[in-house]
Amino acid sequence: MTIMTKQHVVTFVAKQGILIAFVLFMVGFAIANQRFIAMDNILGVVRSSAIIGVMALGVTFVVIGGNLDLSVGSMMSFSTIVVLDLHDKVGPAMAIPIMFALTLLLGAFIGFLVGYLKLNSLIVTLGMLSAIHGLTLTWSGGQNMDIADKSGTWFSFFGQDRLLGIPVPILVFGLLAVVLSLLLSKTAFGRQVYAVGGNGQAATFSGIPRARIVFLTYLVSSFCVATAGLLQASRSLGSQNTVGQGLELTVLAAVILGGASLLGGSGTVFKTVIGVLILGFIQNGLLLVGLDFYVQYMVTWAIIILAVWLDVAAKRGRLWSPIA
Amino acid sequence: MTSQNRRDLIKQSGIWVFIVVELAFFSIVGNYLSVSDQAFMDFDNMLLLLKQSAPIGIIALGMTIIMINGNIDLSVGATFALAAIVLLDSMTWPFMQNLGNWAIPLAWGFALMTGVVLGAINGLIVWKTGVDAFIVTLGSMLGFRGLVFMYNGEQPTSHLNWTLVDFAEAQFLGLHTATWFLLGTALVLWLVTTRTNHGRNAYAVGNNRDAAVNAGIRVGPHIMWNFMLIGFLAALSAVVFYSESGSVNPNDGMLYELWAITAVVLGGTKLAGGYGSIIGTLGGVIAIQLLRKGLGHIGADTQTVNLVIGLILIAVLVMDRQLNRQGKEELKI
Amino acid sequence: MTDPKPVLRLRDIVKTFPGVRALDGVSFDVRAGEVHALMGENGAGKSTLMKVLGGVLAPNEGQIFIGEDPVVMTSPKQAKAMGVMFIHQELSLADELSVAENIFLGELPLKSFGRVDWDKLYADTDRILETLNVGFDAKTRVGDLSIANQQMVEIGRALTVDPRAVIFDEPTASLTDAEKVVLFNVIADLQARGVGIIYISHRMEEIFKITDRISVLRDGQYSGTLNTAETNEDEVTQLMIGRSLDLSRNASHHQMGNVALEVRGLSCGRLFEDVSFDVRQGEVLGFYGLVGAGRTEIAETIFGLRTPSAGQILLNGQEVQITSPIDAIKLGISLVPEDRKDQGLVLGMNCKDNMSLPQVGRLTKGPFVSQGAEIAIFDKYRDKLDIRTPGWRQAVGNLSGGNQQKIVIGKWLSMQPEVLIVDEPTRGIDVGSKSEIHNLIRDLAAQGFAVIVISSEMPEVLHVSDRIVAMFAGRVMREFTSEEVTEDNLIQAISGIKEQGPAGHAAASHGIGQDKALT
Repeated sequence: MTIMTKQHVVTFVAKQGILIAFVLFMVGFAIANQRFIAMDNILGVVRSSAIIGVMALGVTFVVIGGNLDLSVGSMMSFSTIVVLDLHDKVGPAMAIPIMFALTLLLGAFIGFLVGYLKLNSLIVTLGMLSAIHGLTLTWSGGQNMDIADKSGTWFSFFGQDRLLGIPVPILVFGLLAVVLSLLLSKTAFGRQVYAVGGNGQAATFSGIPRARIVFLTYLVSSFCVATAGLLQASRSLGSQNTVGQGLELTVLAAVILGGASLLGGSGTVFKTVIGVLILGFIQNGLLLVGLDFYVQYMVTWAIIILAVWLDVAAKRGRLWSPIA
Repeated sequence: MTSQNRRDLIKQSGIWVFIVVELAFFSIVGNYLSVSDQAFMDFDNMLLLLKQSAPIGIIALGMTIIMINGNIDLSVGATFALAAIVLLDSMTWPFMQNLGNWAIPLAWGFALMTGVVLGAINGLIVWKTGVDAFIVTLGSMLGFRGLVFMYNGEQPTSHLNWTLVDFAEAQFLGLHTATWFLLGTALVLWLVTTRTNHGRNAYAVGNNRDAAVNAGIRVGPHIMWNFMLIGFLAALSAVVFYSESGSVNPNDGMLYELWAITAVVLGGTKLAGGYGSIIGTLGGVIAIQLLRKGLGHIGADTQTVNLVIGLILIAVLVMDRQLNRQGKEELKI
Repeated sequence: MTDPKPVLRLRDIVKTFPGVRALDGVSFDVRAGEVHALMGENGAGKSTLMKVLGGVLAPNEGQIFIGEDPVVMTSPKQAKAMGVMFIHQELSLADELSVAENIFLGELPLKSFGRVDWDKLYADTDRILETLNVGFDAKTRVGDLSIANQQMVEIGRALTVDPRAVIFDEPTASLTDAEKVVLFNVIADLQARGVGIIYISHRMEEIFKITDRISVLRDGQYSGTLNTAETNEDEVTQLMIGRSLDLSRNASHHQMGNVALEVRGLSCGRLFEDVSFDVRQGEVLGFYGLVGAGRTEIAETIFGLRTPSAGQILLNGQEVQITSPIDAIKLGISLVPEDRKDQGLVLGMNCKDNMSLPQVGRLTKGPFVSQGAEIAIFDKYRDKLDIRTPGWRQAVGNLSGGNQQKIVIGKWLSMQPEVLIVDEPTRGIDVGSKSEIHNLIRDLAAQGFAVIVISSEMPEVLHVSDRIVAMFAGRVMREFTSEEVTEDNLIQAISGIKEQGPAGHAAASHGIGQDKALT
């Protein structure tokens, strides 16, 4: 009997643990600092999470499909630099579609390697992280990229303006989340992504074009990266070559925190949004109570490991690994 | 010779063939394009190359055992930075200043201890929670970096000890101190992986973990020892590098994990575990450094290096896949 | 025979998993110098019992004795230290390491500083390989050995210490007859040295040849021990399944239609060669042969998963090109694959999603999948196949093997195929579900489907097929109608013997057909 109850407790905590922790966390910070739950603070947090969030939406597709994408940070730098450079050369109206096309091309290349050539996604995207970084530096000549006339362009709309009182990045993040959530949960393509990630061989035996599905998940991911690059460029109107460096891991952390398994086949867009918000609010909450930013790193560390640990523990029905 | 043997031979010698091709290419093309008058194959240039390979190289050698084990460590860059800070900062502690040059070995000890402790933390979590090493070390990459910033904010930590600098810049039998550390580490790890119980168990655990458990190998502690080893080596790498430079930025060591993994994969170690060699990794490390220097030598921008290395990594993967194909009969899944 | 003391005793072992009583008070003992068979259907608890004995799982109740001493097994290493050795069914070898390193895995002989003593290692290994009489040496990489030789390495492990009890788990599954002789000699040697042996197998023939006693498990419970000399196969079967399975011949009496699928001279490299057959609407065509005879590979080729090197496939008299499962599905071919968990199902997905997976692209309303249409399909086949599940939201991973198999069958029936290929329809499922699936296959034929059944269980093939294709080493040896087929001539055909003769009896006496429907 005692064993059964212990297992029940483990399973319950594991299933709801992250949400419980999140609520406790929010309540704690709200008590510690009233400003934490003020509307403008909440909007501020969501707004600053939007760029990471948009990228995390795309990576969710890749991870559910059973792969990894470590190249999104470096790809986001590329998009940002390209769109800023083209802004002054061909004008924003042309710069944006060209930047999207180039970023999608990179995504298609990765999708081809991982999907059709069936190469290991960790190594491919690791290689692409480096290669795209080189591409970005080559494009910019190693220089920072700035828009010449920062006050006279409508390009700042995406990153800086508000629509109906809500910052545009939040609207973009929200809209994309809704569209991609429908794509993943309601369409045949979404179902096939789960099948390919859950059991690729069974998917093939069911007549699902596995290579094409994996390819498409990387296209979705690179589309999201291009969108994030647009938001980033529009917000700052100038950028370093390394603006997205290291973000791939933060993004992955958000996706894992949302409960997607790195083995593929599980996770949802909604959960990823929760993961992104948890990271955002932790950062904000710690800053508000006067803790330095590095504490956020360590708290994130603890939360990621706890989240995955509880998930693993629930699956095996015991907290500690049985390995001697 | 069976096809399996032939594949093994190609796999093992591939990296050295690649190095020879690199040398030939940069020497010949360098004659036409070189920005300096110096020949690429110049002896001093090659010595320098070995020295420059050391920081990433020492880490990559440790990463080889981790990957033979079927794990991965993404936190080595942060461990590197924290060990460096401990090394430099500990020499400014009041009691250490009274010790004269005895402070140096003590500071080294503190730094190495830091690496071992951080590695033990990773290993213990992987062992006890059963969470994948990729996720554990992804987390600790952030967490350890947090500790780095906690130490000194965003300020660099500096301390120059001239005895230490002299030691680091010394040459013995023509080789720099850092090179000796690289070669020494390679020798020790080569002996460990090919000759010792622990090394052979590392292959067994990566090859077939259940079999290792059934055979009574204590897989948990075994994995923890390896994480302590790579923590130690990341710290050793920091000790070697910062003894000379004397100043560490909190962002130092970022992306080192990626460079190290690239070198290990180039050297032929299987990502899935159970297969790989220290000598191969040494080749991978040298190949990368050659590429960096060579591209510089023929006047390519430094940024091209990233591009080329990324593409070469992918090319290696494609070639590896071709080598392992079973022919037309295989199941199309 | 005297009654020597037991070397190993299990008393009232209970092991529970969440929601399951995997072992429910199991007791039995092994005497010194005895070969003791442990039998039971898949899922009866044999492997759980062995894991308890090996220290991999801790029992909730009960006691293990070695000799007279009660022991608590906490780890495989401890079991080994007490002289209890396992020869595992799923090979637990490290491919990249040498034979010697595998045999002494976990206990390599050492010199100072943890260095491996290679000389001693190779000398010790050579001694063991000598007793096993094998043709490879200690330094060979295990990945380069054949499966049978890998099995011998596994057996070599048990000889590294002086064992008190050795457990063989399905040791002959991949051995040739000559290799079996070597194995049985090794077992006889151990027996002579007073070692107690637990022999787990489904092969009655072997059991009756080499064992002294037989203990049977059923649904996690101990159902009895018999003296081998005083019992027979029927009695053992009764103990194992509790009731008998109807496996009478069952040829069709309905009218058959046109030829639905015809295969002419189909080859795929070394896997199979020059295979020709046809199957009519309303007919069940059985494929019988040994594992590795090429039956599954033929099905995979017809389904577009392998590229044929020669030959034609005709559907309703028209030649067709099939390069992927997508093509096959479009042409009305369905394949229920051999490996349910790896190839048939996405275990984490729910029942409804699994069932509609091949046609999810078609069940759309606007841009979205129509959940109503999916549920309609699920309901239809749940009723038709009597799938027992709390509802369509249930993840298939939580269903029993039989219900999982019905989900896979339902998934492919819902595609309304013209040709249905079923590979090992009843592998690893309980007796009740087996006969349901047999009936289902007969019903499908009666409704006019052309059905191909691939099976390794002779009674099953004989029971459901109208015609039987016997395969050996990648070739069709003979085709039988249900009137002319007998167990004897079928066994001869799949052993590569074409004519009745003295050699035929030799082959038949090694009886693959004796497996019954228990694998």
